[in-house]
Amino acid sequence: MKILVTVKQVPDTSGKVAVNPDGTLDRASMQTIINPDDMNAVEAALKLKDDLGCKVVAFTMGPPPAEGMLRELMAMGVDEGVLITAREFGGSDTYATSQIIAAAIDTYGVEDDDIILAGRQAIDGDTAQVGPQIAEKLHLPQITYAGDIKKEGSTLTVKRMLEDGYMTIKVQTPCMVTCIKELNTPRYLSVGGAFEAYSKPMVIMDYAALKDHPLIDATTIGLKGSPTNIFKSFTPPQKGVGMMLPGADKETTDKLAGILATKHII
Amino acid sequence: MDFHLTKEQLLVRKMYREFAENEVKPLAAEIDEEERFPAETVEKMAKLGMMGIYFPKEYGGAGGDVLSYAMCVEELAKVCGTTAVVVSAHTSLCCAPIFEHGTEEQKKKYLPDLCSGRKLGAFGLTEPNAGTDASGQQTTAVLEGDHYVLNGSKCFITNGNVADTFVVFAMTDKKAGNHGISAFIVEKSFPGFSQGKHEKKMGIRGSSTCDLIFEDCIVPKENLLGQEGKGFKIAMQTLDGGRIGIASQALGLGEGAVEEAIKYTQERIQFHRRLSQFQNTQFQIADMHTHMQAAQFLVYSAAMKKQNHEPYSMDAAMAKLFAAEAASDVTRRAVQLFGGYGYTREYPVERMMRDAKITEIYEGTSEVQRMVISSHLGVK
Repeated sequence: MKILVTVKQVPDTSGKVAVNPDGTLDRASMQTIINPDDMNAVEAALKLKDDLGCKVVAFTMGPPPAEGMLRELMAMGVDEGVLITAREFGGSDTYATSQIIAAAIDTYGVEDDDIILAGRQAIDGDTAQVGPQIAEKLHLPQITYAGDIKKEGSTLTVKRMLEDGYMTIKVQTPCMVTCIKELNTPRYLSVGGAFEAYSKPMVIMDYAALKDHPLIDATTIGLKGSPTNIFKSFTPPQKGVGMMLPGADKETTDKLAGILATKHII
Repeated sequence: MDFHLTKEQLLVRKMYREFAENEVKPLAAEIDEEERFPAETVEKMAKLGMMGIYFPKEYGGAGGDVLSYAMCVEELAKVCGTTAVVVSAHTSLCCAPIFEHGTEEQKKKYLPDLCSGRKLGAFGLTEPNAGTDASGQQTTAVLEGDHYVLNGSKCFITNGNVADTFVVFAMTDKKAGNHGISAFIVEKSFPGFSQGKHEKKMGIRGSSTCDLIFEDCIVPKENLLGQEGKGFKIAMQTLDGGRIGIASQALGLGEGAVEEAIKYTQERIQFHRRLSQFQNTQFQIADMHTHMQAAQFLVYSAAMKKQNHEPYSMDAAMAKLFAAEAASDVTRRAVQLFGGYGYTREYPVERMMRDAKITEIYEGTSEVQRMVISSHLGVK
């Protein structure tokens, strides 16, 4: 049994967001972090590793410096990294990205008792599409928005958190589960982990390694293979600080009405 | 000297920063105010390998290096001087002498519990009448069959009330002066051992500081650390290493104060301008940062020399002397930049100023560091 976790290096949105002329993100000029939901997926994988002793492999697609992120995950306890990197993969949208990552996972090998974990969505695109698309392309069952995961034998029991309640679903491995922040609190990397991280195995999957996979085709990868057309990219203006008016009486509502009137809202 | 951090050191520093910000900073004012030992933080640090950073994995350590240890103390001290000294005293003053002078049996018996943080360590050298003059030890150890009997007391022992394992010094031969001092590993549970009153201090108020009392304390013969009569040498070598820890603590305190001053002076408006727009503020902060940067070079240099098994005694003394005095000066200047608010406990800089002062005193006063440095230069 092993757990494959897909992770993404994303721009730190607390800094300034830069955009290329073609509308895609200028990732090179921005500070990066590990996508927060992906950290919950990694923690879920490591928790299962703590309990069951299985191997955890992290997959990411990105430019070569993304290796640093995989090493950081190794310092937390991930056993192996797979860096999917090639000029041909650049500019991929969610369709093309999931095509490439699915091919990489399939090339690496998925066994009957394996679990694939992903974050719900990345904070840069906010699409929540890549995880589910990987599952579709690998013909695996998928459960999204996992707030709790339990494994008994080859059965996973997952609590799916929805806006108006939750849903408990049982699924057989191999399967894909996308994780939300309520699932857990990601651990810190450890000092011992950091000093082992750079001696753990790192697999580089470039275009040559994946080009013969049935999912990889020049028309389905990279910017050319991406059906998404970006209409416009911009940094949204920062919202002002909100104001809290505590109370449930007429005095408070009058005060609220007064403020709204001053701002010509009512 | 190459100050480029390795990839591993960059990784651990990132973790230390996140850990300090999320786990240590929120408690710093509270443990100072309540004079409460941060046991919950020590437990968390233990899980992350921060209680045995540079010791080999075979003894339960994290397999890191001395600079990674110094950076840990530095990053903790940026937000909490107390938490930093807990790690420093445990690592430098208890784990290190056992690792460096212990027999294989002693290392296997004590280091795994200490390095994993299951047990906390402390160091007992100072006595009421043997402070800077550490050679004036009055605690005695007499060999009786298969054990030593210790009598006397130690004072100002960092981690004293919370530690389980102590490296303690006592006279085995009063006539021999320095050569009559021996080192022992003492467990809290040994008969005749007790911990005394908690000292109420000006700074690092969350750290435990107390007396250790030995009343016919029975210490098995196999707990002699190093050879009989070599204790003074062990103490001095241990303090050389300890100074890197305290220098790192001072470094972090000063850097933390600079960060707070930069943040505050960019927000505070007086005379319709941000404080940061006044040239006095700009010059003060430039000086403060420059002093701390110089301190960092000295501290990192001493840490790297220790790691590389080069002589580092003078480097550690210079690092501690400069970092401690810089930290005291920089934290005092930070309080001045904050004005009246800086003097209140609403802001962290007054705590940093109180915490910084001790770094000029413990593990060798600044005056002792000057003695060490000048003696290395042959100026006697």
